[in-house]
Amino acid sequence: MTNSSTKLKVRDFNFYYGEFQALRGIDVEIPAHQITSIIGPSGCGKSTFLRAFNRMNDLIPTAHAEGQILMDGHDLYGIDVVDLRKRVGMVFQRPNPFPKTIYDNVAYGPRSHGLRDGAGLAEIVERSLRQAALWDEVKNDLDKSGLALSGGQQQRLCIARALAVEPEIILMDEPASALDPVATLKIEELIQTLKELYTIVIVTHNMQQAARASDYTTFFNMAENRAGYLVEHGPTKEIFTNPKEKLTEDYITGRFG
Amino acid sequence: MSGKELSTPIPEALMEGATARKGAGSGSLTRRKLSQAIAFGVFWLAGLLAVAALFWIVGYVLVEGFQVINVEFLTTRPQGGVSGEGGLSTTIVATLYLVVFTMVLATPIGVGAAIYLTEYAADASRRSKFLARLIMVARAGVEILAGVPSIIYGLFGFALFVVAMNTFTGGFSILSASLAGACMVLPVIIRTSEEALLAVPRSYREGSLALGATKWQTITQLVLPAALPGIVTGLILSVGRIVAETAIFWVTIGGSYRLPTSLKSAGRPMALHVYMLATETRAFDKAMGTAAILILTIVILNLGINLTSRYYSKQVMGRTQ
Repeated sequence: MTNSSTKLKVRDFNFYYGEFQALRGIDVEIPAHQITSIIGPSGCGKSTFLRAFNRMNDLIPTAHAEGQILMDGHDLYGIDVVDLRKRVGMVFQRPNPFPKTIYDNVAYGPRSHGLRDGAGLAEIVERSLRQAALWDEVKNDLDKSGLALSGGQQQRLCIARALAVEPEIILMDEPASALDPVATLKIEELIQTLKELYTIVIVTHNMQQAARASDYTTFFNMAENRAGYLVEHGPTKEIFTNPKEKLTEDYITGRFG
Repeated sequence: MSGKELSTPIPEALMEGATARKGAGSGSLTRRKLSQAIAFGVFWLAGLLAVAALFWIVGYVLVEGFQVINVEFLTTRPQGGVSGEGGLSTTIVATLYLVVFTMVLATPIGVGAAIYLTEYAADASRRSKFLARLIMVARAGVEILAGVPSIIYGLFGFALFVVAMNTFTGGFSILSASLAGACMVLPVIIRTSEEALLAVPRSYREGSLALGATKWQTITQLVLPAALPGIVTGLILSVGRIVAETAIFWVTIGGSYRLPTSLKSAGRPMALHVYMLATETRAFDKAMGTAAILILTIVILNLGINLTSRYYSKQVMGRTQ
């Protein structure tokens, strides 16, 4: 599925935690129905940048943003934040299933948005769990606690939970960093199947993962004053085989970071 | 690059340190094992003593108490006078009234205050300096009130509810006592609920908000159910205090041993009855009997609350196996 339209357009984006500037002058376009990975050394603001897309940063009291992020041409700050987060889902670094049954975990989002119809919910739960490649493992245990699953299963449950509200974009903040290699591979395969339906932005520490699993790669670095900035953005193949910037080459060959 | 680092030999200084530690360890191993055994013994003894004391007291009260407990004792009301004739039926009723109304008054306010303090206070403090001050005072107030002796609440309740609000509360009454009792347990409920809410991981809240749930939905659908076991612990502690208190109710509920028929009726809870029997009558055996029923009441109330909340939690949280 090739679709070259732009889903998210970031224009001269600056981000501050109080006085501290965490991101500086970011300009980038995230293509729809593609997997875009964000790589870069620790502390360069990758997660901050990702959290700008669903305005999770709003929860931090001293934080403020400058510049613009457009989703399908509309400013993110012009959209009601609850509606925005319905359209832009997120999967966190550490699996965070709720202390509820597997069923209730997946049904949580749709219920929050007012869906009460039991049969409709059951359908959404099954479809979401199937999409997250978890259905076959849990179909007989839907009343089991989400916390009773293994780490990899928990993360797929969190993905299913995000899918259940039918977002347009899914943000993933190092979704496999707390998982073992087998579970990691499962998550990566899963992400590949999801891009037909969703635009995916994934922050990763793991460069092989970015090379394996993404279509586009954005490389962030940290300036002397520790503000993160964008070094290079392009198709993953080009970034990893023929980077334009020396810094990118140094990073992907492991010379720093 | 990391492979290169691994292949470098471990510095000798480090190796020396390791061998030195190993030597010291094996030399004093028996002594260390001995001190561990002694420590275990001491702790065992401490635990055993605590449990033994508990069983002795409760056992003594129950054994002594059950000598006077029979159907008649349970179903007749106290007769009054220095002989302490009669049973305790009306005091059981008064105690239950008191527990129910006090908790009905205190639980929503206490849990509500805790929700405000954990979920909203930080935002509010940043928005306005005045609110920030107010919240600070409220927090300090809760801390101080938690340590205030119950008789102070009693005097306060007497002055405000019994005397000043006489026409509304009926003077010495279940209502006055419940209001005073609610003031007493409020800090307990607020503090335990606050701790329970704070113990709910941030990641739950983030996960819920990221799904497009509102803050209110997040609190009611996720945070409160997750904090419920901790909140219930606070409620059980409060029920225990209400059942056990005498001083605060002595000055707010009156002490009449007639059957309370309305919120405005005076009454005599069990703990107060025990005190009255023991100090003002010759019927010490009946004081013991009442005390035994008092203990059983506390056990039954606690079990009831605990089982209900556990059943609910299991429904919400799902099987773990």
